[in-house]
Amino acid sequence: MTPRSGVVRLVGLGVLVVVVLVASIRIGAVPLSTLDVLLALRGEGDSMVVAIVRQLRLPRAVVASLVGAALAASGATFQALLRNPLAEPYILGVSGGAAVGAVSAIVLGIAARAAWIVPAAAFVGAIVAIVLVLRIAASVGRSLDTGILLLAGVVAGSFFNACILLALTLSDAESFRSAVFWMMGSFAGSSWSAAGLFAIYCVPAIVALVALGRPLNLMAIGEETAAHLGTSVERVKLTAYGVASLLAAAAVAVSGVIGFVGLVMPHVVRLAWGNDYRFLVPASALLGAAFLTAADTVARVAAAPTELPVGVVTAFVGVPFFVWLLRRRTA
Amino acid sequence: MTDRWKTGAGVRSSETPIGWTCEGLRFRYAGAAAAAIDGVSAEIPAYRCTALLGPNGSGKSTLLRLLVGIARPEGGSARLGGRDLANWSRRELARVVGVVPQSEEVAFPLSVREMVSMGRYPHLGALKPAGWADREAVEEAMQMCDVAQFASRDLATLSGGERQRVRLARALAQQPAALVLDEPTLALDVRHEMLIFELVRELTRASVTVILVTHNINLAARYADRLLLLDRGHLVAAGSPLEVLQRDRLERVYGWPLLTTRFEGPGPDAGAVQITPLARDVGDRADATDSSPTPGRSDHG
Repeated sequence: MTPRSGVVRLVGLGVLVVVVLVASIRIGAVPLSTLDVLLALRGEGDSMVVAIVRQLRLPRAVVASLVGAALAASGATFQALLRNPLAEPYILGVSGGAAVGAVSAIVLGIAARAAWIVPAAAFVGAIVAIVLVLRIAASVGRSLDTGILLLAGVVAGSFFNACILLALTLSDAESFRSAVFWMMGSFAGSSWSAAGLFAIYCVPAIVALVALGRPLNLMAIGEETAAHLGTSVERVKLTAYGVASLLAAAAVAVSGVIGFVGLVMPHVVRLAWGNDYRFLVPASALLGAAFLTAADTVARVAAAPTELPVGVVTAFVGVPFFVWLLRRRTA
Repeated sequence: MTDRWKTGAGVRSSETPIGWTCEGLRFRYAGAAAAAIDGVSAEIPAYRCTALLGPNGSGKSTLLRLLVGIARPEGGSARLGGRDLANWSRRELARVVGVVPQSEEVAFPLSVREMVSMGRYPHLGALKPAGWADREAVEEAMQMCDVAQFASRDLATLSGGERQRVRLARALAQQPAALVLDEPTLALDVRHEMLIFELVRELTRASVTVILVTHNINLAARYADRLLLLDRGHLVAAGSPLEVLQRDRLERVYGWPLLTTRFEGPGPDAGAVQITPLARDVGDRADATDSSPTPGRSDHG
């Protein structure tokens, strides 16, 4: 791929994100026209429509797109670092740690005191998980050996699962219900403050991963080869693991555990346009943004007035699509 | 080909002669009882082809890892171009030294051209796109290694020997002042093996320093300027092929009866020492009638 065709494709994906955002804002219990949406964005037109667009649908769509971008960029990075096509953002125990944090906050009854408590607890849990897994891997042997990291992630994950089960067993029916709903993932109640905070945090992180494109290309071949071709392997690994894990941690804190996006978006880009990480990371981020926004829209309206868990939608929509892509590739 | 190499698209990043000097190098793998490299002092001169020989497990690959800065020595030092290897950054090294590893596991689909293009990374910034000169170097390297005809194919569809040549092309695309090859002809047929040895000769003529690990003693004798013979982590001989390839020494190091002859030519390498391993019982009888019977080995019959 030439640099120019890469840029053209990224611009195309950017346009796709905008189109999906507008469509997502139009669709809902009160259907709107594109004109309504554009007027409302400028603060004109019916005041109720303005409130729906500016206070409800737009922040929600923005959070969904940012989370989608964060998960997909993080997943692509983990796949390169671990040289494993099945790697995804939660592979180092991030989702388990976050869930322990959030569920503890809910079960202990402190969640109701303020809206920020559950995300904060989830974020802290995720960070604890990352530190724990990296410490385990570093203490076992050669610094951050990929095989040991994977095992440490799996072990930490099952430990966190046990913690969650324990917490759920000891909880009352009401906490049980909200804990389970949190774990299924949702964008309901997304606010501008959440969107702003998350954007400040995740946009620079995604840019940092994009800038690591060349080293990631080399790491995907092998660490020794990367070193032969001028990469400071330990530094790149530490930076990339750190940034990708922090992205996943923040995404989980904002929206709960949403599977599939981080695993499959990089593969969709790979199948369509190849494996160059300088393009793969930004393209996965944009595609993840468009996909998760669309999935959240479906989750809102498919069974209205009940909302579906967005993770169910991502799997139902994404899995057949992915199978189709695989079949087309091998045919 | 030599001229094209000299006038190649990139500029050599190093003006100082790139050769190695080792002083008492020592390295032990974690948990191993014996040192893999034990007190090796050697000279690997610039603009020459030096071959590392030795039986399996003699420390050839470990020595290579020390020479390219992947492993850090426990004792002693290695200097590259007069500067301690510990003071070279990875990027500086990659601009000067190209390495062809024995094998690589590529987890994701990648075309041959994409793989070879990565050889240009040490010469590029983080986001700077490759320029015309970089693309030229990549195409040239693919031509030299006879892989240009499958430039757009997925690596996974190539044979082991073809992938080996792709790795060599990637190292050539680096336009290095020194080239380090770890058993580069392991999976190659005669034609492609000879093409690589010929390429090595042309590169040394074009002032590239070459280090080569190989089990093909006969081709090393014909194509290398200098041999280093390793045995259980020790350097047992260093010098020209004629000096190093002595029958009793080789028999002792490899633990097998051998016959040494001379390559009759034709060619510039006529007269080079050639070895032929003997069958065990024939070897024993040859030993018994030879002037140099080896104690212990004649017991075998």
